[in-house]
Amino acid sequence: MAPPTRAGDYPFAPVDRVNAELFTLTYGAIVRQLLTDFEEVEEVNKQLDTMGYNIGVRLIDDFLAKSNITRCSEFKDTAEVIAKVGFKMFLGVSATVSNWSADGSECSLILDDNPLADFVELPDTCQGLFYCNILCGVIRGALEMVSMRTEVKFVKDMLRGDDAFEIRLKLLEQVAEEYPYKDDE
Amino acid sequence: MASTACFVIVSRNDCPIYESEVGTAPKKDEAAHLHQFILHASLDIVQDVVWTTNAMYLKLVDKFNDLLVSVYVTADTHTRLMLLHDSRNEDGIKNFFQEVHELYIKMLLNPLYVPGSRITSPFFDTRVRTLARKYL
Repeated sequence: MAPPTRAGDYPFAPVDRVNAELFTLTYGAIVRQLLTDFEEVEEVNKQLDTMGYNIGVRLIDDFLAKSNITRCSEFKDTAEVIAKVGFKMFLGVSATVSNWSADGSECSLILDDNPLADFVELPDTCQGLFYCNILCGVIRGALEMVSMRTEVKFVKDMLRGDDAFEIRLKLLEQVAEEYPYKDDE
Repeated sequence: MASTACFVIVSRNDCPIYESEVGTAPKKDEAAHLHQFILHASLDIVQDVVWTTNAMYLKLVDKFNDLLVSVYVTADTHTRLMLLHDSRNEDGIKNFFQEVHELYIKMLLNPLYVPGSRITSPFFDTRVRTLARKYL
């Protein structure tokens, strides 16, 4: 295998891979089942987000262990790392960061290609569905574990006819780390 | 392009899941009913012919006056792609069926589509019509 050249490739190289179609269809089966179980599209969106959250809080440990990245000094770095390393590692594609708000607390992650949504076409009955909402949950959960409370949501979805997938990432607050001990003890 | 062409996909449960008039002839209500009737009648012949060959493309299976019925059967689920036409253009029809079959497979891979249910996707419809213009 060629030596990794970019930041995102390094952790990606030794990771076990799974067949793309198997992955896509498995995720599809989950969404399909949720739609049958909950019936309401809104409820499915919420459920996907919760599932993602539960994945995110676990995934962050794996990510930190394998990616060898150093501490991010500000939120801009964090967004870059998610887009270039995180997505590349776990989804196999990388995103671009853009549309920063003036105060630097809000930005967009743009995915041109999304393996989760291959083959998918939304029927009329699920127009309000954010098919890939699980990604939002994953990011939210992962960031919460590194003491950033965020709000993550889809604003553009190719399945609804937009030109790309756009995830809006908003930093609500940075929770200060609390140590269970004092320095002078 | 053929002046009359009616394309129907019949699921394994004998339900029509997709229908379209792809010919250039102006639409007439009775004609549509007649086409349905002829295709429906030829389903029995398809059932016999399908066991006599290994090919998925069954060529001409039936005719009614100047209207001909060509059929393509998918290997796995016995979904039947049926075309009623009035022009003899075997190669074009074969290509048409093969490409529609591919489209249909893509359709099946969509997790939100329930196999055997009606195909309502506008994308599918547009593509089938484009293929019909190209090959028939």
